[in-house]
Amino acid sequence: MARVPLLQTDGLTMEFSGSCVLRAVSVAVHAGEILGVIGENGAGKSTFLKILAGVYQPTAGAIRVEGRTVQIESPGAARRLGICMVPQEFNLVDSLSVSANVFLGSERTRGVWLDRRAMDGQTAAILKELGADIAPNARVGDLSVAQKQMVEVAKALVHDSRVLILDEPTTVLNATEVEALFRLLRRVRERGVAVLFVSHRLREVKALCDRVLVLRDGDPVALAAVANMSLQDMARSMVGRELTQIFPDKGAAVGRVILEVEGLCVPGLLHDISFAVRGGEILGFAGLVGAGRTELAETLMGLRRSAAGRIRVDGREVAIRTPGDAVRLGLAYLSEDRQGRGLIQGFGVPENITLVSLARYARGLIDRRRERAAAAAHVARLNVRAVSLARAVRYLSGGNQQKVYLAKWLDTEPAVLLLDEPTRGIDVGARIEIYRFIRSLADRGLACVIISSELEEIIGLCTRVVVMRAGRVAGVLSDAQLDEEEIMYYATGLKEGQAA
Amino acid sequence: MRFPGLGPRVHRIDLARLAPLFALAVLFLLSAAASPYFVKLQNLLNILRQVSYTGTIALGMTFVIIGGGIDLSVGSLAAMAGGLAILVINATGAGSSGILLGILTALAVGMAGGALNGVLVSRFRIAPFVATLGTMSIFRSLTLYFVDAGEYRSASEAYRLIGSGSFLGLFVPVWLFLALAAVLQVVLTRTRYGRYVLAVGASEQVARYSAIPVELVRFGTYVITGFAVGVTAVMFGSRLNAISSSNMGLYYEMDAIAAVVIGGTSMAGGAGTVLGTVLGAIILGIINNMLNMLGVSPYLQGMVKGLVIILAVLVQYQAHRRV
Repeated sequence: MARVPLLQTDGLTMEFSGSCVLRAVSVAVHAGEILGVIGENGAGKSTFLKILAGVYQPTAGAIRVEGRTVQIESPGAARRLGICMVPQEFNLVDSLSVSANVFLGSERTRGVWLDRRAMDGQTAAILKELGADIAPNARVGDLSVAQKQMVEVAKALVHDSRVLILDEPTTVLNATEVEALFRLLRRVRERGVAVLFVSHRLREVKALCDRVLVLRDGDPVALAAVANMSLQDMARSMVGRELTQIFPDKGAAVGRVILEVEGLCVPGLLHDISFAVRGGEILGFAGLVGAGRTELAETLMGLRRSAAGRIRVDGREVAIRTPGDAVRLGLAYLSEDRQGRGLIQGFGVPENITLVSLARYARGLIDRRRERAAAAAHVARLNVRAVSLARAVRYLSGGNQQKVYLAKWLDTEPAVLLLDEPTRGIDVGARIEIYRFIRSLADRGLACVIISSELEEIIGLCTRVVVMRAGRVAGVLSDAQLDEEEIMYYATGLKEGQAA
Repeated sequence: MRFPGLGPRVHRIDLARLAPLFALAVLFLLSAAASPYFVKLQNLLNILRQVSYTGTIALGMTFVIIGGGIDLSVGSLAAMAGGLAILVINATGAGSSGILLGILTALAVGMAGGALNGVLVSRFRIAPFVATLGTMSIFRSLTLYFVDAGEYRSASEAYRLIGSGSFLGLFVPVWLFLALAAVLQVVLTRTRYGRYVLAVGASEQVARYSAIPVELVRFGTYVITGFAVGVTAVMFGSRLNAISSSNMGLYYEMDAIAAVVIGGTSMAGGAGTVLGTVLGAIILGIINNMLNMLGVSPYLQGMVKGLVIILAVLVQYQAHRRV
């Protein structure tokens, strides 16, 4: 291409206290192009993006914007160069309107007064152009996560950003919302903006991006047109080895019913939910975000009050009023919010693993040696990679944190394991390990329930899937009926009722 | 097979924990250089005695702050507990059984006051700052009312022995302070309850999802503080054999919170140690002692204390940011 690239890096290298996390990355991004950046956790994706966004200063290498070498000393400097990163944690003020947020810090004024009409008008125009159906005077706090993300993109464009960076924007979205985001990003591309897109979901990269940059251990191992790379190619170059099989074989032997729910109701959230899960089974729960799957798990754990319905554990009817009740009955729940609800980020690995089962380790005083030994056993079994177990878990990668979270609940020796989005934000390697581990738990007789928005994952692991919609069970699918389209029919309400 | 976690602990954390000890050592050396009188045994013992009153309260406050709360009512509660103890002693004939009843009264009143704070905060979900601001006013008002803003005067000369007596060279309050510190340090680091307090303070949500009875744990931190307040009320009331309804316990919350913060406990909750608080209390005591010896106006001592608290929080904040 003869054009001068909009953004170009030459041998970008980054070292943190002696270890090289990014090695000689040279890539050119053109106006009107979407570049995918993929790699396992710790491959250097975030570091690469943060250098471009001015958060980190590279140890070596240069960045050029439209052919001119630039120093990006700060996020502010990046913005002035037209490089904008849409943060994973949105920088939006919930109590303000959409247009007030879009223009926050650069308000249009007439004299000393805010020119609200001009701001609303421009916001409406850009949202319309992007095909986002959001009113400029809507309160941001009332918007969905997906809509907030769109507001962030609109904000970037209003400030004339020419390079838009999105770090795993789809992890918080459901399938429909992902589609909407992609439509929006394609329009952004038409405006001549360059987009850098990071995702763990290779399928999305394949669907959206023009080219893809693959990083592995800080090295740029591939840079190619997406059309020339299959999903397998991408996965292989990310991991550096052949990925034979992502999902383990489905178990055949299923035992007796362990958890049975009948007519469970939570006013406004859940209506007449009934299902049963057997020992040795991995039961899937599919549905759109907001269908009530997480709320169902929380109700089973005594975190929410049910108004009606029966719960039986091992055939015995039980009352679950507190999480303590649920734990005593052998229920375990891994929340989708690993950081906010799962692990105490400042605690070490042993303290996190024994938090629920601490009574077992304390006869008066906590036996810290036993606690550490138990943690070490879990760590070895789950293949957690940690520099030191005493170190705060916040320093662990997402995959390793998820394994520690799993160990925390396994230490309660549960009979029923409820897993909510167990592989969100986790790279392929750790994901495969977690799948295998869940399978081995089921094989040992545990009843496993998996809530997931990744249909591939549900279909790959489960023989039976409950599809929820708007707080109800829309259908139960098994074996031959299990495919993505069929599940989506039920999840979106195109099909209704129990399938055979 | 060796696991890294069983080896030595990570150094960065240890350094942060050692900061109060380091500060104490530097302060000690500076003070010794500034005044030859400072290192006299009598002076050091006096410093220990002075810090033991608010230091004891600070031990309880450590639990409250680690649990994510704050207790502003400790000074008023100390006055009320100490005053009521004296009323009970006098009413029961000022004998040894009366003294025992008085002591139990102080502890019971302290714990009841703490329980009230605990209920307001955990059951009714009132912000700790507001709830304890309210009870601070209530406790003080009651204390003034019972004696018409006068003094609670004990009729028992034996009561005095607790506060001014000494044992093995240390004043009784110092022994009580150190003993309670040792017990509470073990509670915090080696019992389920202590682990739960740390967890609740670090993340209420994670604690709730881990089946920890969050409300009960929080409630407990205020009761522990109330108990510590009761101990201080006895130590102070017996020393003077009287409690002034208007002056007793003024600014105790300030000293207690300062000791906790200087001791390295995070104001955001979720991290801290009891031993750090002991060091923090002693650091404050030495600063006061030096200001006195250097002839600094007592009116300026509050300013120095304020600056030290701000500095301690600033240092914590910087250390946090570096991570």
